[in-house]
Amino acid sequence: MSILEILGGILLVIGSIFLFLGSLGIYRMPDVFNRLQAGTKASTLGAMATILGVGLLAPGWILKIIIIILFIGYSNPISSHALARAMHKRKAFMYFKGEEIDAYKEIEEKDNTEK
Amino acid sequence: MNYIIYFSLTVMILALILSAIRFYKGPSAGDRTLALDTMTTIGVSGIVLLSYMYNRYIYLDVALVYGVLGFIGVIVIARYLEKAL
Amino acid sequence: MIYIILTLTLLLLMIASAVYAIWQKDLLYAVIASGILSLFLSIVFLILQAPDVALTEAAIGVALTTIIFIIAIRNTVRFEDEHDKKKVKTTTK
Repeated sequence: MSILEILGGILLVIGSIFLFLGSLGIYRMPDVFNRLQAGTKASTLGAMATILGVGLLAPGWILKIIIIILFIGYSNPISSHALARAMHKRKAFMYFKGEEIDAYKEIEEKDNTEK
Repeated sequence: MNYIIYFSLTVMILALILSAIRFYKGPSAGDRTLALDTMTTIGVSGIVLLSYMYNRYIYLDVALVYGVLGFIGVIVIARYLEKAL
Repeated sequence: MIYIILTLTLLLLMIASAVYAIWQKDLLYAVIASGILSLFLSIVFLILQAPDVALTEAAIGVALTTIIFIIAIRNTVRFEDEHDKKKVKTTTK
């Protein structure tokens, strides 16, 4: 076993465990914002680590692997941001009500007072 | 080396089942859309792992198409929920 | 062995999401369920060694079908019971 295969195997194990932890966070968390927080970041890290591990196991594929990692790295935060914004505008249920720092509402109030 | 890949695939199947349970239980539309998004991410890494198992370079194109197009559906649903489509 | 477990789990999840999409009264949830169905169907096509069909299913099932169904729901009603109570009002915005 070469050093690339050992590194690839370690990345595969770490990435799949992070994918599982992301899904466990989606299953266990109380409201939709916590689920977004738990699910998207852990899933993005897990997918990136898994795909990079496959790229280290088969070094001839590394170019297309890097393109897939770049696409995941920009598409996953965009979708989670759009979803969080939509749920915030619909005034979704918040579990930790009263403890949040709502920067979006402050910006909206500032715009309204300037008008 | 094969056992590591089997372990990763098993853990991915468990993650898919947990997301499917959240899709079934989820009280609002955002939870179900989030489950779809997470399933797409797990599916991309699963397709890459399957292409290494079958040792075919051409299977990576499917994962590439999922990485490019997978988030468009989530964005369209989010814009519809925002009443801005 | 792992192939059998993987294919069986994906097929069971496919059947479950298809039944959910049929029984659900909220049409938005049915659209999301059909997206999940198409995702699993693409992976099953990949396991059956048909990458071109999987590519087409990925492009059409995830992006195009969802967009067209969401635009159709936007122009009509979201809940299925509302069809019985009132006439479907098609806005031409």
